[in-house]
Amino acid sequence: MIVSMTLELKDIPGQLVLALAPISELHGNIMSVIHQHEEKTPRGTIPVQVTFEIDQGVLDELIEKLEKSGVGVARVGEERLRSSISVVLIGHIIHSDIGDTIDRIDSTGFAEVVDLSLSMPAIEKTSSAYLVINAEGENELKNALEILREVAIKKDLLMIEPIRLNSEAA
Amino acid sequence: MKTVRLSLIGFGAVGQGVAQAILQKKEILKGQGIDLCVVGILDSKGSEINVKGIDLKSALERKKQKGTVAKGNDSAFEIIQDVEHEIVVEATPTNIKNGEPGLSNMSAAFNSGRHVVTSNKGPLALCFSQLKEAAEDNGVFFRYEATVGGAVPIFNLIHESLAGNRVIGIEGILNGTTNYILTRMAQERLPYELVLKEAQELGIAETDPTYDVEGIDSACKLVILANSVFGEAATYRDVEVTGITKITPEALELASKNNYVVKLICEAGNGTLIVAPRLVPKKHPLVVGGTLNVASILTDLAGRITISGKGAGSIETASSILSDILYIVRNS
Repeated sequence: MIVSMTLELKDIPGQLVLALAPISELHGNIMSVIHQHEEKTPRGTIPVQVTFEIDQGVLDELIEKLEKSGVGVARVGEERLRSSISVVLIGHIIHSDIGDTIDRIDSTGFAEVVDLSLSMPAIEKTSSAYLVINAEGENELKNALEILREVAIKKDLLMIEPIRLNSEAA
Repeated sequence: MKTVRLSLIGFGAVGQGVAQAILQKKEILKGQGIDLCVVGILDSKGSEINVKGIDLKSALERKKQKGTVAKGNDSAFEIIQDVEHEIVVEATPTNIKNGEPGLSNMSAAFNSGRHVVTSNKGPLALCFSQLKEAAEDNGVFFRYEATVGGAVPIFNLIHESLAGNRVIGIEGILNGTTNYILTRMAQERLPYELVLKEAQELGIAETDPTYDVEGIDSACKLVILANSVFGEAATYRDVEVTGITKITPEALELASKNNYVVKLICEAGNGTLIVAPRLVPKKHPLVVGGTLNVASILTDLAGRITISGKGAGSIETASSILSDILYIVRNS
């Protein structure tokens, strides 16, 4: 599972290593660390956001280890949907059942529409929508996009996707 | 002094631009030991032939006043085949249905052992490999820098400057008209129909804009690029094309709020050819405004290289044609 944690470190040298070592010891794969030294909490500690992949079975052990070494665990959350993409739809979005369009993505179980902005200039005119879709991974995101493409063709909507840079394939 | 004789087949905006560029650069080229001598000009109403060299200034003047250079009515074939010269500049209008008359003109030139420099997309979008083979069989040059990106030297960049690199993919904006329309729609929050009308009044869009706004022009250029760079035998029917006519100012505004712009993007790579409106991050090097064209080329050694410049215009297109002419002069 992918876990995102907010840790609170004491403002003394060597604390970051102290916080990250247990994750490695339990075979976790650290994906990102955001360490903002200048943004202290009201308690005088320094917040650190860590995202890592780890076996669910050792999570409690990890939290115990961290707290034993004096690292505060302020928040633990599961990051399920870590891939994201934005698309724009143009056409009769409402009349072609926007609820159904979103359902088609949400019902996959691996992707969700997490943001939607709509603009409807006038009743007889076409409307425009900006959607953000999150998915479990890149492959799931591709599948979700493929579903949305089919829906767009069926409902006669123009779907504008982000530019596909070949550098990504290189 | 190396004298090279040319014919200008097609004397519209591009053909006249070439004549102007040759006139303008006459002395500089002579300084380099090159004398470009136009021996035949053809437009839709007739032709002028002078084996000693046509006076370009008076030919341009006559075209301006009478609407034609015609002094006689020799056909394109008669000029290409019967008048002794080295380079045929084929600048007749693009015809995407059957490539004519450009296709026949180019074939005639190759069969007569003459080099071809062209700005005409139609024949290349339909029969690229056939034309390339004909040039090779006859041992002559076939240069077409002006067909894609106007003044922007895309083919020279890839084939000469980036020689030795493998091109992985190309993305770009290859149509100035649609780029102008999308840029104005986003800036002024105006509907498509209104901006199109404005572009038509400014002469940026044609009276019948279908060719540009439906992405057909972009698709033709993408095919020429793919054939030239990847050695594919694609034709314009292989391109997945979506135009810009359905785009609303509201969509552009929603995109902008999220730090994107919408551009009509041509993409070649991984064996696919796509022309479609795309969301492009505002700070991306492909985001150029107005009528500008841009191409971003990803290669294995050099990484990503992006160039942009004027994609249309008489003298700008002539810049690419002149460069092709000089390439042939220096390499033959």
